[in-house]
Amino acid sequence: MSVTKTKKSLHKRHDDLAQANKQLEILSGGIFADGELPTFAKKIKETGQFPLRPKKLEILQINVGYMCNQVCEHCHVDAGPDRKEIMTWETMEQCLEVIKNTGAHTLDLTGGAPEMNPHFRRFVEEASKAGIKDFIVRSNLTIIRANKKYHDLPEFFKKHNVHVVSSMPHWTRGKTDKQRGEGVFDKSIKALQELNAVGYGMPDSDLRLDLVYNPNGAYLPSDQAGMEKDFKKALMEDFGIQFHNLFAITNLPIARFLDYLIASENYEDYMYQLVEAYNPAAVANVMCTNTISISWDGWLYDCDFNQMLDLKVNSKVKHISEYNEDLLNDRNIIISQHCYGCTAGAGSSCQGTVA
Amino acid sequence: MSVYFIKPKKHIDKMASNNYYDPADLRKFGKITEWSEELGTKFFDYYGKVFEEGALTAREKALIALAVAHTEQCPYCIDAYTKDTLQRGVTKEQMMEAIHVGAAIKSGATLVHGTMMMNKVNKLEM
Repeated sequence: MSVTKTKKSLHKRHDDLAQANKQLEILSGGIFADGELPTFAKKIKETGQFPLRPKKLEILQINVGYMCNQVCEHCHVDAGPDRKEIMTWETMEQCLEVIKNTGAHTLDLTGGAPEMNPHFRRFVEEASKAGIKDFIVRSNLTIIRANKKYHDLPEFFKKHNVHVVSSMPHWTRGKTDKQRGEGVFDKSIKALQELNAVGYGMPDSDLRLDLVYNPNGAYLPSDQAGMEKDFKKALMEDFGIQFHNLFAITNLPIARFLDYLIASENYEDYMYQLVEAYNPAAVANVMCTNTISISWDGWLYDCDFNQMLDLKVNSKVKHISEYNEDLLNDRNIIISQHCYGCTAGAGSSCQGTVA
Repeated sequence: MSVYFIKPKKHIDKMASNNYYDPADLRKFGKITEWSEELGTKFFDYYGKVFEEGALTAREKALIALAVAHTEQCPYCIDAYTKDTLQRGVTKEQMMEAIHVGAAIKSGATLVHGTMMMNKVNKLEM
């Protein structure tokens, strides 16, 4: 069922679902409250995986702000041009201190469109000196074409050996524009060609270019390897575009995707799909067990999804200003029913499948 | 939207009172093994094997299933394989073409029997 499209975030519309507690209320109510479906806690107890505990920290994911040039329908961040939450340089300096001393091998910058943070380039320049093995920037692609000041981003990324991970919901214009907005497909194609032109995504290139696929509606992603093959074939044949890997990511029932599920009367069926596809092997490798997520204002979370639900880490250390990796690693991970999104089928994380 | 009301559904284990078909019954498909475990299990093993990647890709098989779901006019199968083909990145245009293939065979199968009628007429008439 199609629903009315909007170009404003839930926050801007003062929608109830802009509030984390309202979302959590929905995720704990209805079919989960009356026992029709087991809660996530109950489910992982059945498979002996409760409480969920961190393993070795591998990824520091920093959300530098919720501002974005797009208003994607499925966005769990509820990002958009009207979001004003942006990481300050002061908080970035605190992050840089952490980056210099962390045991994590991957730094993952996300948003919104991280490039829209006014300190983005300075932060990347400084962070790239820390010697982190894998430095990811999650770029929505269209930002590269959005304004002249962003046109040189492919060169900038190359200079700092940034690993570019970009959203691309489909290899066809129709499906992509439906999810991400009119004209997004053409701009994304142009941006990918420009990234290819400076060496990104080429088979033997060290300049990593990965794409993220997430379903265009109330269904789960299927076989990641098969989708990657289809994407590669279509993008090569139609546009001469090359990339390295495709990450298939499940949409989690949070923020705008939750709003869509409810408005289109797909919520219950979607939660059934997630619960029925529960895979204990995915729980063992779920993203929150090797990641710390840092918000634009420096708070610490188990993952970007818990960040959006304002579920701060269950630790004495809750803010970047008091960061302590050993203390942080000794915590129970906070869970709710949205966690089923990361444990369905082959699992889902910011790096794709996990099982 | 300012008010969210999630209607609680109770899926009781009997036929819905007003409808022969209930979408919730699709979720109970696996339960058919409960009344005949050996046959049910054999069926699901076979079913699973059929849809594995083989000489045909899983996606090609899903499209065949979608077309057959329509010729069989099975609401459960249409529900399941619409979702399945979407999950596999199949476009709306591809899905509709697959259904037309099914429809063409179905109508062709009707029409080709016209030759029987013609044979019979030719035999009977002087």
